[in-house]
Amino acid sequence: MALLKEIGNYFHEIYDGVASLVRGMKVTGKYFVKSSEIVTQQYPENRATLKMFDAFKGELILKHTEDNEHFCDACNSCARACPNGSIEIISKREVGEDGKAKRTLDKYIYHLDTCTFCGLCVPACDQNAIAFSQEFEHAVFDRTKLVKQLNQPGSKVVIKDKHETK
Amino acid sequence: MYDFTSLIDSITSYFNSNFSPFVAGLLLMLLLGVAILAFYAVLGLYLVYAERKICARMQNRIGPNRVGPMGIFQTIADLIKLLLKELIYIRNADGFLFNIAPFIVIVASIMAIGSIPFAKGLQAIDLNIGVLYILAISSMGVIGVLIAGWASNSKYSVIGAMRSGAQVISYELSVGLALLCMVTFAGSMQFSDIISSQQDGWWIFKGHIPAAIAFVIYLIAGTAETNRGPFDLAEAESELTAGFHTEYSGIKFAFFFLAEYMNMFIIAAIATTVFLGGWLPFHLYNVTFFNNIMDYIPPVFWFFGKTAFVIYVMMWFKWTFPRLRIDQLLALEWKYLLPINLMNLILISFLTLMQWHF
Repeated sequence: MALLKEIGNYFHEIYDGVASLVRGMKVTGKYFVKSSEIVTQQYPENRATLKMFDAFKGELILKHTEDNEHFCDACNSCARACPNGSIEIISKREVGEDGKAKRTLDKYIYHLDTCTFCGLCVPACDQNAIAFSQEFEHAVFDRTKLVKQLNQPGSKVVIKDKHETK
Repeated sequence: MYDFTSLIDSITSYFNSNFSPFVAGLLLMLLLGVAILAFYAVLGLYLVYAERKICARMQNRIGPNRVGPMGIFQTIADLIKLLLKELIYIRNADGFLFNIAPFIVIVASIMAIGSIPFAKGLQAIDLNIGVLYILAISSMGVIGVLIAGWASNSKYSVIGAMRSGAQVISYELSVGLALLCMVTFAGSMQFSDIISSQQDGWWIFKGHIPAAIAFVIYLIAGTAETNRGPFDLAEAESELTAGFHTEYSGIKFAFFFLAEYMNMFIIAAIATTVFLGGWLPFHLYNVTFFNNIMDYIPPVFWFFGKTAFVIYVMMWFKWTFPRLRIDQLLALEWKYLLPINLMNLILISFLTLMQWHF
């Protein structure tokens, strides 16, 4: 009886093996026939309709409101968080309305050429002032163009109500 | 388009009447060699293209589509790139063997093409032991693979070559026995005889289930013989970088690559000839109208259509199945394919003896 069982197992194994292989071939065979299953996007052709996903890290931007105001208080956290030193904060001292000297942002310099898009700067920012955009076409012919000033000309820091803390 | 015998005869007689017999023979050989080489190169390139397209579709991709319409010139561009690449000299390699190995591999597959019947009369040499010749020649390729692995003086190459040797020698048995089954049916080893024995039906239909089993075993063992996936552990990219051709570059690498694809074509062509009726058209019994339409399609198209189908199935295998481990590979051959094959051969001998096939 044991021998019969062995023989039965032998043929059962063959049957199982063949059945699972056929199942696999069915899947790939279906993909081969159906062109609707193709997931490849043809990039330069679909540039107009191409939409990157939300978590995509294209390049760093400093968020600006409609009134050309940004949220950066020049605390330097992002520059310290950056492993490559791609962020340079140039601040200046300004005397505010209340007569106190205050540190404000002069230039937010971003070196795209050394950025590895690790994204450590964004969570380091207390003011939630920076973010990554969806822009990914970075190629330029002159490397000086990769050093960008992120704060728009004439922009100011948002004046927050003191009672309204975050 | 239907019968090449007269064309070949007229070429032969033209040479024989215009030159002395020795020169005529030489020129004919040269002509044939050039024809086969050109066929080999063009077909090899387009098999690579077909593989890339088919594998892309099976993986939900598009595949090459930039060089020429639908990317049809992609492999030609690749070939030009390979031709322009430097042949890297390996300092600690055995120079002579290292250089000769790709030629052994490619010569073995070119020689095998010589005896494949593409259509009536379109066959370089119709040996009376054609099946034996093909088996003998195609197993010469593994010598090239072993030499390549050994002469490269690299651990990856040696492991790949040894695996390849173990694999090809094991699966040679199954290929041989599966073909022997059909030789038993046809009663001849000559390809023209095997084809003419299928005038009234291909062996895969005439031979009942045993012929179908032999066909499946032949396909599995043939895939293993060509070192293709799922039996590609001789080159197993993830383990051995590229196996026996790790150290090769430029056109020598291209030779190995081309030989792999042409071996696949040879395996498919033999499957076509022996199991699927070669260049014979598909006929239904007693449906004259249908049969006449089928007869209208030239035999060359029948041959290449059937071969393309078998090649497609082999590519389907490659891009579906995961790679086997070396112990699984040998277990498949020695514990499953070989016993089944031997029983199958006995069954087929009995069927032939009793004349129970159609």
